[in-house]
Amino acid sequence: MSGQLVTSTVPAGAVVQWGFLTITAANLIVILTMIVVFVLAILLPFPADRDEDRP
Amino acid sequence: MSRTDPAAPPRAGNHDSWTRALSGWIEGLVPKGQWLPDRQPAYVASWIYVFGVACLAALVVVIASGLVLTFGGITWWHTNSFGHFVNSTHLWSVELFFATMVIHLWGKFFMAAWRGHRGMTWATGALAFFGSLGTAFTGYLIQTNFDAQWISTQAKDGLNAAGVGAYFNVMNVGQMVLWHVSFLPLVVGVIVGLHLLLVRRRGVVPPIGAESPVGAESPVAAEPPARAQPPTASAPDAAPPGAARPTAGVSAQEVGS
Repeated sequence: MSGQLVTSTVPAGAVVQWGFLTITAANLIVILTMIVVFVLAILLPFPADRDEDRP
Repeated sequence: MSRTDPAAPPRAGNHDSWTRALSGWIEGLVPKGQWLPDRQPAYVASWIYVFGVACLAALVVVIASGLVLTFGGITWWHTNSFGHFVNSTHLWSVELFFATMVIHLWGKFFMAAWRGHRGMTWATGALAFFGSLGTAFTGYLIQTNFDAQWISTQAKDGLNAAGVGAYFNVMNVGQMVLWHVSFLPLVVGVIVGLHLLLVRRRGVVPPIGAESPVGAESPVAAEPPARAQPPTASAPDAAPPGAARPTAGVSAQEVGS
């Protein structure tokens, strides 16, 4: 054993904090993206059925 | 819920063999033609109705990639480039699975999707969500990296305080692996299967304000349904038999755009 201190080379990442609430930037981005997708799913028109014009 | 076709020739008894009884029971679980319907009510033509099947598609990728990982073993994805790729596929399909499931949940919540005798559909969806949380949790525990160590050492205190640590030891990688690849996927699979069955049985919930005509919200309780009628000028948004239909005046254009 070399006795060297083993440390993680992966950085902890950014964290956003409001008062008692702490959340990683990655999680915040995912949640905000989900909300945006939800709103777009309600607002955006759905493509028309290609069979609609057929007799 | 057994239904018989009055035009069919009489048989020597519907329950003279358990296979016939089982076959009749399976056929009666959903209205005829609703196991894999090729037509849906007009209001389904909306992006918010896409997230249920998107969630299901992600689950298929989760299961497929997870199966590949089981062949390589618990540390394979750290040492093999293909294993790393499959592991990443497994992770990101899980991310998509949860994202689409939560958006599906939001959509159904604000749609009050438990209307029309769909309470069990809602309940099985909620159970699938909680079952998936447990499965994902054990998945994070068996990454065999620092992240997994951190999560397990944090979780053990809470689980020990709840008195279940002796039976569900998050520090025991072997136990967590087996929970993750056997019992929990089985639970999620059965619940999702029930959820899908109930969706087919009760039909897709209509949006609020586009209620189904009287008698169409409980398709399975209705008389044996007729075959789907082709769309006509007076009913361009004809729904499949047994499925909920939008009210008159709610056209595909109005609902979907």
